[in-house]
Amino acid sequence: MNKYPIVSDFANIFQNNIEKLDKSSEIISRHRKSAIDKFSDLGLPSRKNEKYKHTNLLPIFDDKHNFYFEKQKIDFQLDDIFSCDIPDIDTDTIILLNGWYYSANDEKLTTLPSGAIIGSFDEASKKFPELFEKHYSKIASYENDSLVALNTAFVQDGLFLYFPKNAVLEKPIQIINILLSEEALFVQHRNMIIAEENSHAKVVVCDHSLSPHKFLTNSVTEGFVGKNAFLDYFKIQNEHNEASQISSVFFQQEKSSTLNFNTISLHGGLIRNNINVLLNDEYCENNLYGLYLTDKTQHISNYTVIDHAKPNCVSNQVFKGVLDDFANGTFTGKVVVRKEAQKTKAFQSNKNILLTDITKIHSQPHLEIYADDVKCSHGATVGQLDENAIFYCQSRGIPKHEARLLMMFAFANEIVKKITVEPLRERIDDLVNKRLRGELSRCNNCALNCHS
Amino acid sequence: MTIKQFQTKNTMLKITNLHASIEGKEILKGINLEIKAGEVHAIMGPNGSGKSTLASVIAGREYANITEGKIQYIGKDLLDMLPEERAREGIFLGFQYPIEIPGVSMVNFMKSAINEKRKHNGQEPIKAAAFLKMMREKKAFVELDSQLANRSVNEGFSGGEKKRNEIFQMAMLEPKLSILDETDSGLDIDALRIVANGVNKLKSPENATVVITHYQRLLDYIVPDVVHVLYDGKIVKTSGKELALELEEKGYDWIKNHIN
Repeated sequence: MNKYPIVSDFANIFQNNIEKLDKSSEIISRHRKSAIDKFSDLGLPSRKNEKYKHTNLLPIFDDKHNFYFEKQKIDFQLDDIFSCDIPDIDTDTIILLNGWYYSANDEKLTTLPSGAIIGSFDEASKKFPELFEKHYSKIASYENDSLVALNTAFVQDGLFLYFPKNAVLEKPIQIINILLSEEALFVQHRNMIIAEENSHAKVVVCDHSLSPHKFLTNSVTEGFVGKNAFLDYFKIQNEHNEASQISSVFFQQEKSSTLNFNTISLHGGLIRNNINVLLNDEYCENNLYGLYLTDKTQHISNYTVIDHAKPNCVSNQVFKGVLDDFANGTFTGKVVVRKEAQKTKAFQSNKNILLTDITKIHSQPHLEIYADDVKCSHGATVGQLDENAIFYCQSRGIPKHEARLLMMFAFANEIVKKITVEPLRERIDDLVNKRLRGELSRCNNCALNCHS
Repeated sequence: MTIKQFQTKNTMLKITNLHASIEGKEILKGINLEIKAGEVHAIMGPNGSGKSTLASVIAGREYANITEGKIQYIGKDLLDMLPEERAREGIFLGFQYPIEIPGVSMVNFMKSAINEKRKHNGQEPIKAAAFLKMMREKKAFVELDSQLANRSVNEGFSGGEKKRNEIFQMAMLEPKLSILDETDSGLDIDALRIVANGVNKLKSPENATVVITHYQRLLDYIVPDVVHVLYDGKIVKTSGKELALELEEKGYDWIKNHIN
C-alpha cells in the first residue's frame, strides 16, 4: 500500500536502477530489497507520526530531485574549488562529493600511521566484509524507521572510518560533505565509524553546498564505540537554505567508552537530526551538545534518544538555539532508563531564545525511567532576551544591538566552548559571531556567495 | 566670561519642571534640581515617592513617559540622548538591583563598556595589559574578590558583592555624574563602609554624585553637600546635611505634616 505518490515513485526508481544498485557489495545489496519493501510499507513519516508532529518533511520530498546512481566523473580537482578555510587546522581529510567518496589519487582506502583506515564506504564493504557485516544495519535498524529504510535501499557510497584497538589518532579526521550539481539532487550516503577498544579519535564533519540548487540529503551514520574507546565528533551544518538534510545517527557505546557528539547548525533550509545512542554496557559517558542559529524560513529539528540499557552510565544533553525572523524548530529529547540501568545519571536541557514574535519552537524533553535508583533531570526554556539586562548594558555605554549580541554570543558559547579542536573552535566562534550579526557566515571560499 | 557662562560651566545637571508618568500614572510631578560639579547631593524620601523613577529617567530607562519639562546635562538636552550615549558622556547609574547577565563575563562586559566610551572619545581600544592592570587596581579599590571578574556579570554574587560590583564599574568608567540608587539597601555595615569609601575616593572637583537613599545611615559615610526630600513626586525640602539627621529623628511623617 502506497501512502503517498512519492513513495511509489521511489519504488519505481528503485526498480529502474536495480542493475546499477546491484554493483554494490553483497552485504549492501542483500538488504536493499527488504529495505525498499519496508519503506513502501511504512511510507514517509507524516505529521501524524508523533516523531514528526512539528516537522513536515513532505514538501521537501515534493521537489523534483535527480538521482545519481553512478559516481560522477569530474574534470577538475576538488582541491581547486574547495579548501577548508579554518586557519591552522591540521587534519586527515576525506571529501564526499554528493555522497560519493573522492580522492586526489585512486586510493579508495587509506591507512594512517596510527593504523586507522579511512575512505570509501563502498570499498570497505568489499574489502572487509566480516567487519562490515558485524555492524551494518545492526546499529541502525530499518525495521521501524522509513528514512533509514530508504537510505538502506539506495545507499551506494559514503564514508568509512576504522580505528583499530589502542589506536591513538594525533590529528582529527575531517570529513567534508560537498554538494555540487547542475540540477536539484537527492543524496543518500551512509557512514560507518568503528572505534575499537581503547582507541582515541576526533572527527570533524563539515557540510557544504557549492551550487545553489535544491538538495536533499538523507544520510545514515552507524557508529560503534568500543570498550574504553574515546570519540569526539563535531558536525557543522552549513549548507545553503535551499538545501535540506535529514541526518540519522546511531551510536552504540560499549563499556567505559566516551562519546562527545556536538552538532552546530548554522544554515540549511530544513535540518532534521535524529540522534540515537545506545549505552550498551556499564560506565559509559555520553555528551550530546547542539547549537542552532536559524533565521528566515529555516526549520531545525533535533530528535534525540538516549537508551540507558546498563547501570552506572552518565548522559548529558544540552541543546541551545537562537531563532530569528520566521524560523521555527523542534527539540525532542527522549531518555530511556531501563529497569536494569541502576545508578544512571541522565541530564537533559533545551534552551531557546526567540528574537521575533513569529518564531516558534516546540520543545519536548522527556524521561522514561524504569529503574529506581537514578539521578535524572530535564528542562526546557523558551524566552526572549532580558530587557533589563539590555538596559543594564546600555547604562554602561554598550549600545542596544551590541548588548543583544553580547548576550546571544554568551548563550551560544556554552556549546561552542565544548569543541576540543582548537582551530575549529576559534572558527566556529567566528562563524557564530558573524551569524548572530547577520553577516554571511558561510565559509569564505564558498564559490557561491549566495545570501539565501 | 559672563556670569551666565560661568554658571552653565559649573552646572552639570539641571532638571526643570520634570513630569513623568508610568502607565498613565503620574510619578514625577514637577521636579526642579540643579547639580554642580564637585557636589554630593542626597535625595531622600519615603517608598513610592519617585526616587527610583527619577534615577531611571536620568539614565534613560524607557518605561517612564516624560510628559513635561527638560533635563540639561553639561549643556546638552539629556532627554534627546540614548541611554548608552548618556553613559558615554559620563552618566553612571548604580542600580538598586543589579542585573544578572548569564554567560557574559565581567571581563568582557567591562572591556566592551570601556571600549565603547573610548570609541566615543575618539580613542583606540584599550590594550589588554593596560585593561588588566586597571581591573586589578579598581577591584582592590572596593575589595572585590578577583575571582568575581572571571564570572558572569552579577551571576551568583551575594547582595553585598553586587553593590560593590556597581562601585567597581563606577571606578572603571570614571563618570562625571553618578547616581547611586539605594546603594545601601541590603548592605551590612562592613560592606556599607567599603562602598562608601569607594564613592568618597572617587570624588573630585570635576564630578558629582547623587545618593538616593531611604535611610540616613549611608550619609554618615558619604557626607552630602545638599539634601533633598522627595515626596509624592516633588522635591518638598532642600537643605544642608543636617536635614538628613532631622529627618531620621522626626521621621517622614514630619515631612508629610510639614507640607500638608
